[in-house]
Amino acid sequence: MDELVFFINRGVISGLITGCVYALGGVGITLIFGTMRFAHFAHGDMMTMGAFISFLIAGALSAMGVVLPIPLAFAIMPISMALTAVAALGIERSFYAPLRDRGAKPVTMLIASIGVTLMIQGLIRLIFGSGTRDFFGGTEVKEIFRIPTTMFGGTRPIVLTEPQVLMFIATAIAVIGVHLFLSRSRLGKAMRAMADNADLAQVSGINTKMVITVTWLLGGALASMAGTMLSLDVNLRPDLAFNIILPIVAAAVVGGLGSAYGAIVGGLLIGFTEALAVFNWTAVLRPLQPYLPFDLPANLAVVPTEYKITVAFVILVVTLLVRPTGIFKGAST
Amino acid sequence: MPIIEVKDVVGGYGGAPILNGVNIAIEQSDIGVIVGPNGAGKSTTLKAIFGLLKITGGSVVFDGEEITNALPDRLVPRGLSFVPQEKNVFTTMSVEENLEMGAFIRRDDISGTLEEIYTMFPVLKEKRRQPAGELSGGQRQMVAMGRALMSKPKLLMLDEPSAGLSPRYVLEIFEHIVTVNKAGVGILMVEQNARQALAFASRGFVLAQGKNRFTGTGPELIADPEVAKSFLGG
Repeated sequence: MDELVFFINRGVISGLITGCVYALGGVGITLIFGTMRFAHFAHGDMMTMGAFISFLIAGALSAMGVVLPIPLAFAIMPISMALTAVAALGIERSFYAPLRDRGAKPVTMLIASIGVTLMIQGLIRLIFGSGTRDFFGGTEVKEIFRIPTTMFGGTRPIVLTEPQVLMFIATAIAVIGVHLFLSRSRLGKAMRAMADNADLAQVSGINTKMVITVTWLLGGALASMAGTMLSLDVNLRPDLAFNIILPIVAAAVVGGLGSAYGAIVGGLLIGFTEALAVFNWTAVLRPLQPYLPFDLPANLAVVPTEYKITVAFVILVVTLLVRPTGIFKGAST
Repeated sequence: MPIIEVKDVVGGYGGAPILNGVNIAIEQSDIGVIVGPNGAGKSTTLKAIFGLLKITGGSVVFDGEEITNALPDRLVPRGLSFVPQEKNVFTTMSVEENLEMGAFIRRDDISGTLEEIYTMFPVLKEKRRQPAGELSGGQRQMVAMGRALMSKPKLLMLDEPSAGLSPRYVLEIFEHIVTVNKAGVGILMVEQNARQALAFASRGFVLAQGKNRFTGTGPELIADPEVAKSFLGG
């Protein structure tokens, strides 16, 4: 039983958290690709930007002595999402839209987004310094839930932190929200139509400029959410999400570029696989030791933790070989 | 007054012009058919009218208003619809969603128009929850036409609606086009099946090298020995 608890704590929960972050980031990447046909490399830094905006607001409230039953960063997340959405639209209007209007190729757009990456990171370092910050350094404490497993014969509890629980709930709400938006609303359907066939969307009289605007607002809001939750779970650094942009892009590609559902599935798939790949299987296999002809090593993981990033690429390569359009047959052209 | 009047239009994709003075005028009650050899500028003419390529000379007047080089998001609300030849459905979206996208510019209740389309193409009602990409070629063409009709156009432009369809479906699509026209929608279409299409055309335009070569009613053009010899395969 304790082995199972260990597996849940280190495998399932860890995978779910990473998966949630990848999924929320991936949805933004995939929608931006769908409507504008370019890989938005700066999306990770938009997540970081959102996290710092949350940090700023939460810090200010904390300094004013505001105390809430949930972490402040969570309570103010809607404000941070709105601000990041506006910032994302500002970046689009100042950098990407002028290039697109002049007929820039996708690769030019990609390079422009690398420029935006450097700019956002530089700005964050300029304002906040390059050190690591923690939401829970001050008055706030990270509450930890221990779910006892004694009734199932276990001795160790399942450990969950409050930010983790809130993160699962928030991601679930966001995913349902995105689903309802894309499947029910007129604009959401137009967004899917543009991802499916941009020329036909234009011919149908769909206001493509408005769809692009909404795409950036949605992508920015989800990025802020992912960034804030990631920084609550670990800590806040200027390169917080830059380090995970590659698995996030992989999530979007694996799911099928242009498909929001694909990005969610791809994100969770990559998150779980990463967690299980670095999971120490010895801990789970130890009860079987008497039946095994060899001694279990102290650490039996598929890949060492420092090579975690390769997992996303293995999945990416396999997907591109077996099903080049991704799980949900996205628009890969 | 003609619903559309294309006057001496010159245009292309930036290089040498493909259209060198095209003239087209039809009434809302007409079915206008543009025929001609490959590369004559038939499809290009429709795209030029719909603002998908640059017109460098001449003018287009639609419903009494100059629309030269206007973009689709202005043209569709004015009552002009276009069905491209290829990739003319949203393959990942359901049939009904395809139709809804055709009505994107409308803010009123679209359920009535939706019912009209389903009455015209009963098979689409059956398959309305199915992704359009799973349908047969003929059914896709119905979705494409249905989508274009959802905006309640005054003039429907079709680029080779019979391309790639089996003979049985070609006839069916042509019948649908006539039905749409009888309901009061002007038709301007490009066709490879020239003889078949001209047979029901009230206005026919034979294009060659980006210019009008012959203009007349469909039956007139079919009867013209020179047109028949050069453009209809004898």
